[in-house]
Amino acid sequence: MAAATSRFTGRGSGSIIGGRLLLAVQPDALRTLVAGRPVTLVSGTNGKTTTTRLLADALLTRLTVATNASGANIAAALAATAAAPAQQLVLEVDELYLPQVLEETGADLVVLLDLSRDQLDRMNETQRVATLWRTALQRAARPPCVVANADDPLVAWVAEAVEHVIWVGTSDSWSHDSAACPHCGRLVRREADGWACDCGRRRQPPTYAAAGDTLQTPDGALPLALQLPGAVNAGNAAMAVAAAAMRGVAPADAVAVMEQVTSVGNRYRSYPVGDRTVRLLLAKNPAGWSELLPLLDRHSLIVIAINARAADGRDPSWLWDVPFEQLAGQTVVALGDRRVDLAVRLSVAGVDVVVADSLRAAMSHRPELGTVDVAANYTAFSDLASELRRAR
Amino acid sequence: VPGESRLRVIVLHPRLLGTYGDGGNALVLADRARRRGHDVDVVAVDGDAPVPQSGDIYLLGGGEDRAQVLATELLRGSGLVGVVQAGRPVLAVCAGLQILGHEFTDPAGVAAAGLGLLDLTSTRGAVRAIGEVVATPFDGLPVLTGYENHRGVTRLGPLASPLARVSIGTGNGDSGRTEGVVQGSVIGTYLHGPVLARNPALADRLLSAVLGPLDLLDDRLLERLRAERLRAAALSRHRGQWRRLASARGS
Repeated sequence: MAAATSRFTGRGSGSIIGGRLLLAVQPDALRTLVAGRPVTLVSGTNGKTTTTRLLADALLTRLTVATNASGANIAAALAATAAAPAQQLVLEVDELYLPQVLEETGADLVVLLDLSRDQLDRMNETQRVATLWRTALQRAARPPCVVANADDPLVAWVAEAVEHVIWVGTSDSWSHDSAACPHCGRLVRREADGWACDCGRRRQPPTYAAAGDTLQTPDGALPLALQLPGAVNAGNAAMAVAAAAMRGVAPADAVAVMEQVTSVGNRYRSYPVGDRTVRLLLAKNPAGWSELLPLLDRHSLIVIAINARAADGRDPSWLWDVPFEQLAGQTVVALGDRRVDLAVRLSVAGVDVVVADSLRAAMSHRPELGTVDVAANYTAFSDLASELRRAR
Repeated sequence: VPGESRLRVIVLHPRLLGTYGDGGNALVLADRARRRGHDVDVVAVDGDAPVPQSGDIYLLGGGEDRAQVLATELLRGSGLVGVVQAGRPVLAVCAGLQILGHEFTDPAGVAAAGLGLLDLTSTRGAVRAIGEVVATPFDGLPVLTGYENHRGVTRLGPLASPLARVSIGTGNGDSGRTEGVVQGSVIGTYLHGPVLARNPALADRLLSAVLGPLDLLDDRLLERLRAERLRAAALSRHRGQWRRLASARGS
């Protein structure tokens, strides 16, 4: 009832208020609500929402699934999701909540995507998050099966805590947060066939791997023609296919479903605005932006929006870790609460930067370009998605 | 004379020391030198490569605890001592500052030997210092603005002088409300942001040590950023005071 009211009045997505009420009445609601149903958890710095969506869609071919599709991934939202009468739960979980949610749900399948710098005012250090995860897996009453990103040395170290690991090759290219081996502290070597450390740890041969437009699976190579763009989404799909296979969905069937997905939670969604088309894209941290920048259309007006609210992380220093030099010579409009921080960063990168106070002001630039790519971090993205929905 | 010689900026172990955007310090130095007509090389030193002695400005960034220990070991005997003894300008941020001192606390909570190039000792504080910092330099530079995210408490010995006095934030976390360090040609600070993007006068201090008197640049965008951050820091302090007052009344 509370959730229905909230949705009806248009305040918030509804799921968090419903979940908060539930948790206020019954603090261990999640534990009770799971009630013996199979639970899959998805966590990591980047790709949580997309991978969760791809996996849930694949599982839906065989079962009813409850999932927190809105990307609301904290305790209250998870409880609201678990209240749904579905055969299975697929939950996207915030990195810091994963230990608690693993304990409360007793999940038997955990998908670990990547760990890189993000919201450091809240996470403090990436290594700290890895240690929390590893400890949580070691303490699990019944250790889950882990679907692990083989290309991330931090995730590989976490996965050592369990016996049953499915390794997935994602071609994850961000290596700046795992320069030091999480086990021995030595320098991790980056080699042609992956990473390796003198302590003997190295990239494990993956059972599933995304490589261009094909997906390696135990059933052989499958063509992969996602509508979601970029290598990063091929990697997310590989992780989701591996997890779906653990739930009995054949890789070819999973891929067929995933190829139908055009946008996830408004990511990559296009909106007509006047006689222009606006495409909305999301990136939240240096690893995410590094994957996103090559996807921006150089023949569009490029708008970048940056906030630094609680959910974004209060410190946008990370803007200097993003290779914005790729946009040198390009006109880019800086938008969002921290548009001046962004503008300083872009100007040093050699970008022809304009500061705008609103989306409308941003859109007044380069009217001869029929398409606009708007790339934003988390809360800026949510605000712009609402604004574009209203404008339609 | 513009273009006559190349400015060499040496970035030490950016893979290990660069968690909080401190790589931006090299970008800002290069940008400010290029806009004044100088050619610039930014050289990264990684792995067990020796530290080149012919650099003009040396930079160390902040990093995670484990990476800090590894960077210290890689820098020991790497030639950085010669650089400091030769009086080359060095900017060391956060973990970089701690590495150059006598000792710091390692991830296991044990004192680890630093490089002993700065007369200071760092221990682990009770709480992590996270947030906007405003500090007034002792040597007449404009007020410093930055963001801190560390658990270090740094005490300066008699050979080291503090860079600034903290008015908002934690800085070194000592009883004197000091922030950072100046010793010889080395400047150390806890400020990220990165610090040179938010404090162009500090960047120019490093550049003028090499290039001599500098032309003025159009810094209107940077001044707008500085004004915005100083306002935000003052606001956050007032909010904090209000919260403390409210909770004191409530108890």
